[in-house]
Amino acid sequence: MAQTDFEPKIVAFLCNWCTYTGADLAGTSRIQYPPNVRIIRLMCSGSVDPTYVLKPLLDGADGVLIGGCHPGDCHYQSGNYKARRRVVALKEILKDAGIDEDRVWLRWISASEGQRFADTVTEMTEFLKEKGPNPMRREWAV
Amino acid sequence: MRTLIPVENDDTLAAVQGLLRQILEADIVDALLVPMETPHGALTPALVSDPEMLDKANPLAPVMGVNAARLAGRVSVREPRQRVGVVLRPCELRALTELVKLKQADLDDLVTIGVDCLGTYDVSVYAATRDDGGVDMAAYLATARSGELAAEEGLAFRDACQMCEKPHVEQADVTLELFGADLTGGIPVSLPDEMAETLGLSPAEVEDQRKDVINAVVAARTEVRDERFAEIRERLDEEGIEGVFASCIRCHNCMTVCPICYCKTCLFKSQVFDHEPIQYANWAQRKGAYRMPSDTMLFHLTRLNHMVLSCVGCGMCTSDCPADLPVGAVFRAIGQETQATFDYEPGRDLEEPLPLITFQEDEWLDVGEE
Repeated sequence: MAQTDFEPKIVAFLCNWCTYTGADLAGTSRIQYPPNVRIIRLMCSGSVDPTYVLKPLLDGADGVLIGGCHPGDCHYQSGNYKARRRVVALKEILKDAGIDEDRVWLRWISASEGQRFADTVTEMTEFLKEKGPNPMRREWAV
Repeated sequence: MRTLIPVENDDTLAAVQGLLRQILEADIVDALLVPMETPHGALTPALVSDPEMLDKANPLAPVMGVNAARLAGRVSVREPRQRVGVVLRPCELRALTELVKLKQADLDDLVTIGVDCLGTYDVSVYAATRDDGGVDMAAYLATARSGELAAEEGLAFRDACQMCEKPHVEQADVTLELFGADLTGGIPVSLPDEMAETLGLSPAEVEDQRKDVINAVVAARTEVRDERFAEIRERLDEEGIEGVFASCIRCHNCMTVCPICYCKTCLFKSQVFDHEPIQYANWAQRKGAYRMPSDTMLFHLTRLNHMVLSCVGCGMCTSDCPADLPVGAVFRAIGQETQATFDYEPGRDLEEPLPLITFQEDEWLDVGEE
């Protein structure tokens, strides 16, 4: 399947203290990465309700990225550990409900890892190009 | 302690009412939350403080209109409060356990009185039997002894009951042990020694088939459950959740009757999904058509994420779905997998924390690190 024209849309929920700052560092360091990601800043990956992930997926976004501090580094001590459990549950439910759970990524990216942020977005964009558009994009009756 | 409440003239219900009256009169509790027969012949939970009125109590009737765990929460969640005895079915007891963990109920002043469940009908089915003289209670209660639970000819138990593999009380302060018992002779009851003393009850040798009968019931029901889950999973694989729930009309009944869905400010009852007219126009243009009301699958998937780990399988959602969708079966089938992921069983143990409010540092180490 030729997907050369297909530019995936990624909605990213990034925590204020680590991954968002990491994304900022990628920018200020002039590190190039694909413009396919739309970033939403949250105070903590632990504040990502599953609804935030589900809404873009069902509306046709091709991927959702959740970025948080590395385990042990959460600004609020344990938000990222709770986020991890929520993502595990969410992916299980998506899989059981017949929805592609691989479109949801959770990544730990620290404030100093601008390069890792850029690499993650590059990797996710390539992955989604390979996978093709989210079928929900065409489904009107959801 | 285990005792046998004598049944006279084959009137099992009168014996149950007698025990409840004793509990209330002995001042063990200030009131009882128990299913009561209304003057119009319907059954509804009621908070009863007058022992004389317990001649209308009927916790044995095979009908379930609400999951009363929510009501047990309402009468217990805050002080000041009375001491209340709550007469509940096994699925209601499990829901109560989850509500305690969710801080929507408090056991400190509750006495839980559990009754083994032989299966229940939907309200409409039960009400319709009244025209023909009602359900044959003697035949219904007789199924407790053999464990060959069955609906009356021409009727069917609620969908959830048909696949319920936990119809027996596992944890309660007082347990009416129907399974394995000849209920025309007496009702085996387990209760704390202190309470038995207050009530003047002494231990009795009870011919014990309970365990064997429960094992047989659980095995039979598990078989039905597994078949049903397989059927639901096949549908989910083929059609996706948007196929299985395609005719959902977004009435929110499933959420309203769910004992676990307690949020007073549910997102889906808020104005979050009320948009400007031009916004709908944009969406319609983008996809060619736009389903309204919108976000139906979002509703179900969000509810799955928010409550499925605590889903006790009471099936009120299915019972109250006007579109006859297999809501409960879908939630139970997905719940089974999700609960297994966290080795969590809703209603099993008060000490087990809810999976999403706890964590361990060294778990799912690969998640987030790829």
